[in-house]
Amino acid sequence: MNTKRILHSTEFYIAIIAALFCMIVQIKSGQFFTGNNIVDLLRSFTIPAMFCLGEMMILISGNTDVSFPAIASVSMYVVCTVFDGVFTNPLMFFLMAMLIGLALGAINGIIIAYFKFPALIVTLGTSSLCFGIMQGVFNSKEEPLGEVLYRVGEMKLFSVTNPQSGLTSDMPVLVLAMAALFVLGWFILNKTMLGRGIYAIGGDAIAAERAGFNVFATQMFIYCFSGCMAGMIGVMRATMMLAVHPNNLEGMEMTVIAACVLGGVRITGGKGTVIGAILGMVLMTVISNSLILLGISTQWQKVFTGIIIIIGTAVSAIQTKKNEKKLAVKMAAA
Amino acid sequence: MGTTNIKIKDFLNGDKNMTRLLIVFAAVFALCSLTKGSMFLSTSNFQSMGKQFPEFGLLSIGMALALFTGGIDLSIVYIATLSSVIIARLLPLMVTETATDGTAYMMVIVCFILAIAVGIICGMLNGFIISKVGIPPILATLGTQALFQGFAIVITGGSTISGFPIQLSTMVNKLVFGIPVTVIVFIICAIVVGFILARTTLGRQLRMLGTNPKATEYTGLNNVKLTMTSYMMSGILASIAGIIMIGRFNSAKADYGASYTMQAILIAVMGGIDPNGGKGNIQGVAIAIIIIQMVSSWLNMFENVSNFYRQIIWGGLLIFILIFNYVINVREKKAAMKK
Repeated sequence: MNTKRILHSTEFYIAIIAALFCMIVQIKSGQFFTGNNIVDLLRSFTIPAMFCLGEMMILISGNTDVSFPAIASVSMYVVCTVFDGVFTNPLMFFLMAMLIGLALGAINGIIIAYFKFPALIVTLGTSSLCFGIMQGVFNSKEEPLGEVLYRVGEMKLFSVTNPQSGLTSDMPVLVLAMAALFVLGWFILNKTMLGRGIYAIGGDAIAAERAGFNVFATQMFIYCFSGCMAGMIGVMRATMMLAVHPNNLEGMEMTVIAACVLGGVRITGGKGTVIGAILGMVLMTVISNSLILLGISTQWQKVFTGIIIIIGTAVSAIQTKKNEKKLAVKMAAA
Repeated sequence: MGTTNIKIKDFLNGDKNMTRLLIVFAAVFALCSLTKGSMFLSTSNFQSMGKQFPEFGLLSIGMALALFTGGIDLSIVYIATLSSVIIARLLPLMVTETATDGTAYMMVIVCFILAIAVGIICGMLNGFIISKVGIPPILATLGTQALFQGFAIVITGGSTISGFPIQLSTMVNKLVFGIPVTVIVFIICAIVVGFILARTTLGRQLRMLGTNPKATEYTGLNNVKLTMTSYMMSGILASIAGIIMIGRFNSAKADYGASYTMQAILIAVMGGIDPNGGKGNIQGVAIAIIIIQMVSSWLNMFENVSNFYRQIIWGGLLIFILIFNYVINVREKKAAMKK
């Protein structure tokens, strides 16, 4: 990639904006670039950033999924309560959750890919189903985490103590899993035919089909992948919080979609990069976690999220419009 | 007699969705009456149903309007909440302890008008960023949803506001000839929107916009103005729902009605509005609202059925109806091809 292309990419601007924002917070509070603040930021970044991966694939394919928090919650709750004490190997819990998530994702996939319904409406329905099953059938409530997973949650890479405030933050092991997942996502999207198929469908599903891509199979893959990841992330969340909170992922879809779009993933499909989505999430995390450092009440957090989504999407919408006009002028001239 | 027969036949053929809805309505009514007859058929049950459905009914019509034009309005519930928390903050300031009954009522009405103004502004903002800026409706209203909810949280400070002048709840919970006044408001709104969609130029233009926005643009219609009008109407309906909400609960909170978004989409789709735009009518939506309210009240009569099962039923129903409509459409197309 040449320098000019880098300078014109959304990712570059997002990185600059994020860096500027960090500087402002540092200048105002003097607390931003402290070890424990960075670790805390990473802690709250991990879960939503991993969600970004599945969601961005769905966005690139031209659809919107809002069911992943529900899939994550229900898989996590079932695994952590029903299977508590069944397994001694923590990996089995993750595997179980991934299987449940995969099944739920497959349901989404079949309905969306076979009938070609708008994924937003379908996933609103399945999301309500999942939360209903968790709260009704399993009668969910806050519960302590089982011993096996508790030990996973206590594992840490290192701890950092802030000499000024005396606060200590632990770097969870799961950060490594997140990094691995990013590489996997990047590999699928850029280095496999499957990944190119996702972009092709998002650009134009009919053209992709004519070009020989199996649209049904590709769509099935993204919803299964997203569901499977959601199941795993749900259990990771429980280990990070050291408790089973059935409802506190609700509403995360908004942050995740906003981050993806901010990072240059086009909501109408066909465009987006893993790096962009990650940077989008960095910006979202930094902003929402730094409001306190800036002396702004956390009550304003939702307002900021809204403004970020609107401005972020407006910029890309206006750019698309401009490009279309340029194209039209070029075509008229030719 | 001959002519009436033809008319009935035309009616049935012309709007198959309506026929199906009426059959479902009759079936649900029969099921409820047979299983919980004495409770379901009581006057008090009908009155309590009448108190419950107008707020989500208005939201459903607002959602139907957005879907009708090929968009979606995810912010609609939060326009309602924002309107209600604004009333909740303003009303106690405007009505002092010493105010007479008459001035208190006046102030309540002023607050209602302000709330509707909030709905208009919110709806216009939605319409503006969708049509003028060009953000896809899903994202635009996702953004404004966070924005409106955010403002509601800031205004309430995240807690429940209560303790309003008595006149507010008296006015909203009034019965006129045994019918809750909110039902009358709902019927008026449904008729007005239904009339606009079915009988006016604006309605036809909105239908065309929902079917093919490119075509309306090249026909010389102002897409920006049309979209803004449509979302503004949704906003007005939402703020009226907000007024009903604050009157019914006699309190306001930033997350009241959070579950209504899914329900509103369910009802609109069930009522025959095509989520891809351009198809459907308000009569269908109105019947769907009543069906959902009957099922909801019926479920309430079973004491051991948890509230959360409703979520399962609504979610399942939404997907079932989507698939059902799809199958019916395919069949109709095949039949048309044969002809």
